Amino acid sequence: IWGSHICRVRGLSSSSGPRVCIVGGGPAGFYTAQQLLKARQDAAVDIYERLPVPFGLVRFGVAPDHPEVKNVINTFTQTAQHERCSFHGNVNVGKDVTIDELRQAYHAVVLSYGAEGNRSMGIPGEDLPGVFSAKDFVGWYNGLPSNKELHPDLSFETAVILGQGNVALDVARILLAPVEMLKETDITQNALEALAGSKVRRVLIVGRRGPLQIACTIKELREMVNLPNTRADMLPADFEGIAEALKDLPRPRKRLTELMMKAVKEGGDDKAEKCWGLRFFRSPVEVLAGADEKRAAGIRLALNKLEGSGESVRAEVTGQLEDVDCGLIISSIGYKSIPIDPAVPFDPRRAIVPNEMGRVQDTAGLYCSGWVKRGPTGVIATTMNDSFDTARVLIQDMEAGKLDLSVNKPGAQAITALLQTRGVRMVLFSQWEKINAEEEKRGKSLGKAREKLLDVDEMLCRAK
Amino acid sequence: MAAFTAVRAAVSFTQRFVRVSRDCSVCPLYRLNVCTGAAVDGFSAPNRRLRTSIGVCQSADSSSPEEDQRVVNVVFIDRSGQRIPVKARVGDNALHLAHKHGIELEGACEASLACSTCHVYVSSEHYEKLPEPEEREDDMLDMAPMLQENSRLSCQIILTPELDGMELTLPKVTRNFYVDGHVPKPH
Repeated sequence: IWGSHICRVRGLSSSSGPRVCIVGGGPAGFYTAQQLLKARQDAAVDIYERLPVPFGLVRFGVAPDHPEVKNVINTFTQTAQHERCSFHGNVNVGKDVTIDELRQAYHAVVLSYGAEGNRSMGIPGEDLPGVFSAKDFVGWYNGLPSNKELHPDLSFETAVILGQGNVALDVARILLAPVEMLKETDITQNALEALAGSKVRRVLIVGRRGPLQIACTIKELREMVNLPNTRADMLPADFEGIAEALKDLPRPRKRLTELMMKAVKEGGDDKAEKCWGLRFFRSPVEVLAGADEKRAAGIRLALNKLEGSGESVRAEVTGQLEDVDCGLIISSIGYKSIPIDPAVPFDPRRAIVPNEMGRVQDTAGLYCSGWVKRGPTGVIATTMNDSFDTARVLIQDMEAGKLDLSVNKPGAQAITALLQTRGVRMVLFSQWEKINAEEEKRGKSLGKAREKLLDVDEMLCRAK
Repeated sequence: MAAFTAVRAAVSFTQRFVRVSRDCSVCPLYRLNVCTGAAVDGFSAPNRRLRTSIGVCQSADSSSPEEDQRVVNVVFIDRSGQRIPVKARVGDNALHLAHKHGIELEGACEASLACSTCHVYVSSEHYEKLPEPEEREDDMLDMAPMLQENSRLSCQIILTPELDGMELTLPKVTRNFYVDGHVPKPH
């Protein structure tokens, strides 16, 4: 039955079902596509992605030692291989094709292009060598082509990370993990070699507010506590009053805080070569240059006190300052979306596309899902639920007649033709699979899960 | 659709069979590339391990009394409150069971305790009968929106005879369903 069903639906060029375009081939894009395909048996969904390779932050953000989190790739692969779905890689929306051109070719367009920019600390010295955004550092060890020349200098003893979310903890863990833990993962070979020769022995993870406001989740904190050959170096003073507050906390916050308190009390093996510590109530105010004025040699932190209570606790300056010597500074205070096309409304203060439940403000037929819709927070599951929400809203609009489906739209046919005249080489999913096979093959010879191609031109070459 | 209507009439012992999703992407047979297409027409599972509710009942015809006792009845309650009773077997994994019956439990990390998308609420009298969650499961549960006392990750629930009658309710995790305006915490 499915065989004949497939044959009937194959003639998609003459089909009058809804055609939807999704901009961005990461989790938001794939989960939105998945839901649309499931909800409408007549819908055709095309995903456009700037890189030749799909999967976004699942490939470039999730830490190499978290391979189970990447299992979602199997689900995304099923979606991409669905007969009513097609993936188009190496297409830069906003440059190779405009949003207006996409809106003309499709009944609806969904923006799922995430957050490729970085929140800056806005402090003097931020541009000195030795200071990196976590986004770039993570991109470096995960093989993001634009970060392949990062060459972070790991010859200093102390690294300071600003921010205490899961990304900050990932960076700390990758900096201090024994090389044995990493050498069979899909971390890039040059990052692996740089880390093998690293002199970094002490990592401080700094947050503006207190232990009860820490943004990471317990899994990542537990991994730090259990990291071989490291000990925890916390300041008991930072934890004053915390024990008393425990009983009133909701379970997730309570368990997380209890684990931190345990790390404060037990500390870990004194003989451990490496150490990591959380530092609270501190905000960066200046990156200090070394004597030669040529690179970062330290960071000046302002000490805060907390005002307010509950969810709205704020950090306020006390006027006290503290200098920390360090040669590697990683700012992990948030990713940031950027505008993709002048035709799309953008809220520069919140750095998202303004929307109501995923419907882009004042723009019929345009939707958004994922970080570009809500802001750059949350794990894959959060983005999944959010993408399902947007898909549901889109389907509702189709069924309520808010999108005119009676008009035939050409979809991928028109866009592909346009891209060809512009000399853009699209990469189809079957071609990504060739890149994938090459990466796995290279990985095998190195004893790793995969060795990622770092160069877009090389990816395009392999895709032929 | 006609084929399904015919099936619905013929298959009366599981009134909920019509609930089986037509979406291949949630079916473990499709995912493992063992779908022959025959599963929908003849409702026979090509792989004896991946048993559909039809498969269970077919084998029950020729089964011994001991096999009958191995059936475990589970009720899924989906996000719109609809009850979906299914017949399962001792040893079945609750998440895989949900997938077989087209229940909307994602299981993003494929049962490796690296996400919370298979989060369910367990009926209280059966919750007590489950083995304690391991620390890793508790850590993942902490990330699930709308966590309750009776929350578990369904990928960690293996069916035993004493779980017969268990009800697994899907949390209303999306904004569309929030009645109290609750917004899930970012991390």
